[in-house]
Amino acid sequence: MSIFEYNGSALVAMVGKNCFAIASDRRLGVQLQTVATDFQRIFKIHDKLFVGLAGLATDAQTLYQRLVFRHKLYQLREERDMKPETFASLVSAILYEKRFGPYFCQPVIAGLGDEDKPFICTMDSIGAKELAKDFVVAGTASESLYGACESMFKPDMEPEELFETISQALLSSVDRDCLSGWGGHVYVV
Amino acid sequence: MAKVEVDVPPKGGFSFDLCRRNDMLSKKGINPPSYLKTGTTIVGLIFQDGVILGADTRATEGPIVADKNCEKIHYMAPNIYCCGAGTAADTEAVTDTISSQLKLHRYHTGRESRVVTALTLLKSHLFRYQGHVSAALVLGGVDVTGPHLHTIYPHGSTDTLPFATMGSGSLAAMAVFESKYHEGLSKDEGVKLVCEAICSGIFNDLGSGSNVDICVITKGQKEYLRNHLLPNPRTYVSSKGYSFTKKTEVLLTKITPLKELVDVIEGGDAMEE
Repeated sequence: MSIFEYNGSALVAMVGKNCFAIASDRRLGVQLQTVATDFQRIFKIHDKLFVGLAGLATDAQTLYQRLVFRHKLYQLREERDMKPETFASLVSAILYEKRFGPYFCQPVIAGLGDEDKPFICTMDSIGAKELAKDFVVAGTASESLYGACESMFKPDMEPEELFETISQALLSSVDRDCLSGWGGHVYVV
Repeated sequence: MAKVEVDVPPKGGFSFDLCRRNDMLSKKGINPPSYLKTGTTIVGLIFQDGVILGADTRATEGPIVADKNCEKIHYMAPNIYCCGAGTAADTEAVTDTISSQLKLHRYHTGRESRVVTALTLLKSHLFRYQGHVSAALVLGGVDVTGPHLHTIYPHGSTDTLPFATMGSGSLAAMAVFESKYHEGLSKDEGVKLVCEAICSGIFNDLGSGSNVDICVITKGQKEYLRNHLLPNPRTYVSSKGYSFTKKTEVLLTKITPLKELVDVIEGGDAMEE
């Protein structure tokens, strides 16, 4: 069994018109037994930058604490918030540093950059960045999510329509995956 | 008294602290995840005025296509570009690292970088890690000594060739090169041949696909043709799009207005001594 299938997760982020949405499921399991139904996988770094962490839950929480630490240091030194592109490079470097003993985590980063231009990106567990202009997915339900998003996505959606699309894509995909589910958390910025 | 471990920002290079834990997990039967690979067809050839590099744009994660339009031609120096096949994180990290080292070297020497410099830096890095950094590269560029094309294998061995292919689609592309390559190609002939070789990889190899990226490097200038050819357009898009008859059931909505920026008013009294 793969390390990613130990806890189970489903994460998706989509780009809309001057906005983005990031959604995750809420199940935390230990292999096939459900242990929590309100687990938080998406964390706020600052008002316009969210990161979702799929994969092993313990590594997700440790990695989140490391990232918050680095971002706070950055805020103290630069007296401003980090841009999403910079943050993505930071996460990639932190993950690649552990190339031969990696964190078992797949991050999904979503943020608003300069002039509120939405930015999304995902990485594999050793930091290979994958920028996309439409949507990114991660987690055990990723194969179904790829299919659902590919057909449901339209460019330049307004926030309400984006919310509806991302929720429908997430819910229909986790229904086909036994390791993720129990509803979803959606953040639209 | 408990020893507190301070998380200082690292000094660079790899860190192996999680290796023991990961080893313990794999002994318990929990396997590590598969990494993002660039299945790939990458090619390079030397024509009369310089070097042409080509690559497909598919990134795979096991059998699934993770990225339909990724960039495999990486910048090393204004006159040197490198195509990468293998584990995506390794090719990106190794080309970024050596690109920074080349820039520092340029400041140090005050001269344009040479292709053999990049070659030596890359091969020594890869050899040091005995092939565990899985990056197979096609390095090409034009410097004061002329046009150069090299291939670098993950264990650190290199070849210097007039035309080269790497990646899972290398056999398909090499077949095209072996039959049609000749010395003294013009730029248009060269671009056409590279496109044909990459298309051969895209259509015959399952690990390569989507679009063709080309980079033409000549003395004093380079042309990066991103998505030069799009032989796989998406033609099956439904014009109506999706309409959801059953709305999502919302359990809880929380709207947080983003904080307004506070204006800092300059002035005020200077600090007293």
